Amino acid sequence: MKDIFRVANKKLKSRLIVGTGKYKNFRETAKAVEASGADMVTVAVRRVNILDKKKPILTDYLNPKKIIFLPNTAGCFNSSDALRTLRLAREMGGWKLVKLEVLGDKKTLYPNMIETIKSTKILTKEGFKVMVYCTDDPLLAKKLEDNGAAAIMPLASPIGSGLGLQNKVNISMIIKQSKVPVIVDAGIGTASDATVAMELGCDGVLINSAIAMAKKPILMAKAFRDAVTSGRNSYLAGRMQKNYIASPSSPTKGLI
Amino acid sequence: MAKIQLNGKKITINSKSSIQDLLKRYNLINEKIAIELNGIIIPKIKFKKKYLKNNDKVEVVHFIGGG
Repeated sequence: MKDIFRVANKKLKSRLIVGTGKYKNFRETAKAVEASGADMVTVAVRRVNILDKKKPILTDYLNPKKIIFLPNTAGCFNSSDALRTLRLAREMGGWKLVKLEVLGDKKTLYPNMIETIKSTKILTKEGFKVMVYCTDDPLLAKKLEDNGAAAIMPLASPIGSGLGLQNKVNISMIIKQSKVPVIVDAGIGTASDATVAMELGCDGVLINSAIAMAKKPILMAKAFRDAVTSGRNSYLAGRMQKNYIASPSSPTKGLI
Repeated sequence: MAKIQLNGKKITINSKSSIQDLLKRYNLINEKIAIELNGIIIPKIKFKKKYLKNNDKVEVVHFIGGG
């Protein structure tokens, strides 16, 4: 059986999408991305440092022709800033597949869903394919889909917290109801969290801090690559029934 | 001479400088950046003919690492 992962019009080989923030340097970023096997990475849009002409830049290490760049709106706290950021990203080189995140609070980095829904609607009308960072509320997730979201990206727990999947029930509800891919974004702490998310039936996971902040980021990137593959295979294989009594694994017939 | 604001910093440029001239001065490659002039995004094909004037506010952005 061919298991193809499609987001909007893109066919992805890996169900692991990785962020490119928080690394020690660009060399480490590039090595971790390679080890992760991801074919899509998130990137942020920021001012060019005009004072230092020779400072290395991300695109010296990651080639957008070889790996899919997913521009994000990290750091935007309202719809107009998010729209401005993504319009600039599109102008940079035609990026229409984007990740929208409109934050509502500096302490929790929780998404402002009212602004998020509003922005999704506008961006979709402008021809963007919008992958949307959101809360794990099934009703709001549905609302996003109705407004044109190309993928629903509920948080596992707050961004950068590493607290893992805090609400499996809600994530499962969102998976069941969604016709677009569901990608768990934010809060994954370690490889096994990603496996659990994939076993729930998520289409993919997005990881940044859990890899970048690991003691050995490149090894952790590899761990996530395997964890996501394992979780997906396990989901497709279908787990056994849970029973509250034991059942021997060896035949009881012919016992000596 | 004209005084403009580039990424929040005041700089002086020759009068009759285009956006393309400005990019050249900072060794910036068109493919890797996007430009906003006084809050309006300028398409790349217009860089050569878009001249800058006193008090213009220019933003030059690119991709950096992010999650």
